[in-house]
Amino acid sequence: MTAQTLTTTTPGQVPVRRGRLRRRGGEERTSRGTTIALVVCTLAVFAPLYATLTMSFKTTAQSVDGQVFSLPSPISIDGFVEAWRLTNFPRGFAISVFVTVVTVVGTVVLASLAAYAIARNWDRGFFRWSFYYLLAAMFLPFPVLALSQVKLTGMVGLANPGGVALLHVMFQLSFSVLLFTAFIRGLPEELEESARLDGATTWTVFRYVVFPMMAPMSATVAIFAFLASWNDFMMPSLITADSTLQTLPVLQSVFQSQFSSSYNVAFASYLMAMAPAIIVYLFTQRWVMAGVTQGAIK
Amino acid sequence: MASATATRPGSSDVTAGPRTDRRPPVPRTFYLFLVPTLVLFTLSITLPAVMGITLSFTDSVGFGEFQFTGLTNYVALFQDPAIRSSYLFTIGFALVTVLLVNVLAFLLAVGLTARIRAKVALRAVFVLPMVISGIVIAYVFNFLFSNSIPQLGQATGITFLEQSLLADPDLAWVTIVVVTAWQAVPSALLIYIAGILSIPGEVYEAAAMDGASARRRLVSITLPLVAGYVVINMVIGFKNFLNAYDIIVGLTNGGPGTATRSVAMTIFTGFTGGDYAYQMANATIFFLIAVVLAVAQLRLTRGRSALS
Repeated sequence: MTAQTLTTTTPGQVPVRRGRLRRRGGEERTSRGTTIALVVCTLAVFAPLYATLTMSFKTTAQSVDGQVFSLPSPISIDGFVEAWRLTNFPRGFAISVFVTVVTVVGTVVLASLAAYAIARNWDRGFFRWSFYYLLAAMFLPFPVLALSQVKLTGMVGLANPGGVALLHVMFQLSFSVLLFTAFIRGLPEELEESARLDGATTWTVFRYVVFPMMAPMSATVAIFAFLASWNDFMMPSLITADSTLQTLPVLQSVFQSQFSSSYNVAFASYLMAMAPAIIVYLFTQRWVMAGVTQGAIK
Repeated sequence: MASATATRPGSSDVTAGPRTDRRPPVPRTFYLFLVPTLVLFTLSITLPAVMGITLSFTDSVGFGEFQFTGLTNYVALFQDPAIRSSYLFTIGFALVTVLLVNVLAFLLAVGLTARIRAKVALRAVFVLPMVISGIVIAYVFNFLFSNSIPQLGQATGITFLEQSLLADPDLAWVTIVVVTAWQAVPSALLIYIAGILSIPGEVYEAAAMDGASARRRLVSITLPLVAGYVVINMVIGFKNFLNAYDIIVGLTNGGPGTATRSVAMTIFTGFTGGDYAYQMANATIFFLIAVVLAVAQLRLTRGRSALS
């Protein structure tokens, strides 16, 4: 449906970007057709989110009729109250926040330190091969490790949110070290050298010269660690032994089995689980977009 | 400046400056920066991987004593119809999804790089699904597929939609493709946008002056020049979709029956089914497939200057 409209307008972008060619009629105008087609396509994104929003404000009686697109009348927050209680939301939220914060901080700190050591000693075999070693994990499918990891975390007393956070950090390392290393390679070394001449130690150089310069890349790494950790279902569901210590995504499963007819409660809970990621995204989407591109093209 | 470039990592040995036999020692702090991470990484990633692969040659049930049984598990794997069907399902699903995702993402990227209004806002909207938890959005779609769509089918008289797709062993996979694509299009889309924006404008200008139609320019310029990105998106996507788990759990939980049981789900049955070592063998095969894909990705992407 949209293919035709899209094709006819593509190349129009170019002269504007370069601004070299004389402007010629049709192609220079903003394509209303493409804009409309794209706006229509956003319905595919919004429809399930709209359904989540309206369902969660309905009463239980209204929610069972299955008409997800009807507006709630009356608007009821009973679903949220009940979901709050059923999932023990404050505890689930606190555990999710704990796991995510540890993951984000751990990933940024460990990956930036490791990447700095690797990037500045690239001509030493040990550092270069450490890089390849860390990178290799990107190709390791999680199911391959899962069963042994569950066993090992159980043995060392890490079958809990702490263990989940540790594993999240380890799985984020490959991608994060890759991004940081590429970024440090692009930084001029003169600043570091002059700081060193002034008597700064390697740690001081890293802390006060290199790390501040890496802020944009740290933001990208942090956002990806945040999303991976906050939304993860597989790892906490497998690793955490005590079900009262589960993260929010895992807690949502209660509505699939036990409370299958209180759809308003379920959707209110889904909304509370996904809202933090959406809110963070709204404030950081610039870096999210930059991050995907940087990460994938390497 | 010369010294900066010479010592910059990544430069080949030839440009690494005058190399003497006694290089200055690496400050010990650099080892402190790297080694603890390497140790943690080895304990939490490498060790379980080695353990798993070792146990795949045994009759372990996950605890207690075990004996080495050689390739018994592997031989059994290749004769097991349940394993075969999980691979067929997973590979088929991954192929269909990767095609669908790339066609949609490419078309959207063409639109989002055209001269349109509200470009920034539209891009932000199309990336949004990426940040939502797979399991949660699968639960939402689960409700839509099992309640709302059949209702729509009844209201409109389209008999095809009246039954829930989730309950149909032959069609349940469609729902998984739809939801996976919903979530996977954004990252592919962003890569295509980056690819299209990297094409020099002069190419289009020249083509336009030669009288090439818009369609012709899309097919003869845009497509070939983003071919490298297509390859990347295909390989990354295929690799990710092979690992499908969250969305399947949330939609069909492998059912009806075992119609939509992915390889990852099959491996996890090793926890409870008593066939721990057997599923470790399955995981090892799965790992080998991932390695082949990784090598293919490196081969295909190497030497494409646009991507380095």
